[in-house]
Amino acid sequence: MDPFYPLQLLADWLTYTVFGLAPASKLGSSLDFFLFDMPKVLILLAVVIFLVAIVRSFFPPEKTRKYLSHSRLYAGNVAAALLGIVTPFCSCSAVPLFIGFVESGVPLGVTFSFLVASPMINEVAVILLYGLFGWRIAALYIGSGLAIAITSGIVIGKLGLESWVEEYVYQIRMGEAADVPEQTWQERLSYATGYVKEIVGKVWPYVVVGIGVGAVMHGYIPADALARYAGPGNPFAVPVAILIGVPLYSNAAGVIPLVSVLTEKGVSMGTALAFMMAVVGLSLPEAIILRKVLKPKLIAVYFGVNAVGIMIIGYLFNAVLH
Amino acid sequence: MIVKVLGSGCMNCQKLKALAEKAVQQLGIDAQIVEVKDIQEIMAHGVMATPALVVDEQLRLAGRVPSLDEVVRILQKAQ
Repeated sequence: MDPFYPLQLLADWLTYTVFGLAPASKLGSSLDFFLFDMPKVLILLAVVIFLVAIVRSFFPPEKTRKYLSHSRLYAGNVAAALLGIVTPFCSCSAVPLFIGFVESGVPLGVTFSFLVASPMINEVAVILLYGLFGWRIAALYIGSGLAIAITSGIVIGKLGLESWVEEYVYQIRMGEAADVPEQTWQERLSYATGYVKEIVGKVWPYVVVGIGVGAVMHGYIPADALARYAGPGNPFAVPVAILIGVPLYSNAAGVIPLVSVLTEKGVSMGTALAFMMAVVGLSLPEAIILRKVLKPKLIAVYFGVNAVGIMIIGYLFNAVLH
Repeated sequence: MIVKVLGSGCMNCQKLKALAEKAVQQLGIDAQIVEVKDIQEIMAHGVMATPALVVDEQLRLAGRVPSLDEVVRILQKAQ
């Protein structure tokens, strides 16, 4: 049974009984959508972020680095992409993290698999996809994120671009990786609670606006109205979606509810996923931070390989999913 | 006592610094709080995830913003 069924009953009761709107009316349909999705997404966010934070407390970057140092092509890339999902890392630590990896002998391509997977497979995005599209689409998103991270790392590794990393990176001598005391369970729980408050506190306005706009579109725009522009028939839909998605980095939490409605109105699934991955995975702020350790050419390669990967995924899903 | 807050100056680093200041005040100890932004020096402490807290050259915490209680405990232990 759908665990959110009681919420649907509550939303229906509020909309149709308390507010007395007709189920067939535009306003009723919009309000019902909003009242159901809003609490559902917020509950999912709180629960899953809490669990993710607990899991992450077992994978500090120092440990990840130990696993990956002197790892080999292919196997190393797969491990790095998987660890990229669970290793906590805010974009402001990208520089020390990158230097730490390079310093301890993690190959450049493996480091990139990690750097791509980490923002691309974003827990908030996974939760929202699960909540709004179901587990199959969420799994597809994780799978394709991993595929992009692994292949782009392999490509960058094969190209041998070590000289496109800023020289000073190789000169930095890192201190003996000090043993940070292992966290106690009490510390893990308090960290996880704090993390939930921080993330939910930061993203809830985007979620409200995203679902709000989504709700209005759900009620007022006829289904398939957008199919003509962004349906499977338009070959340019995927690249255009990626171009629109890149500057929208900070609004990931608000974009996904919107994406769910876009698909309902005829935008094909691959295009919508490509859009979302561009929003979440290709961010200008991250590029600016990485500029401290990478030469512009390597940043361009990093963005290029990613964009191509996302585009392939977009076309692939457009061809496979209907 | 010298308390170093390691980080690029991002929001989480500011938070940790504020917590360290509060903890020092609460304990009423004589401590100097230093912000370390230089990447070379951050790396020299073996830290890969910021913000990090170093008390008298001992790394005590890395990669997260702790609670005030935890910072107080860390400083007490280091005394």
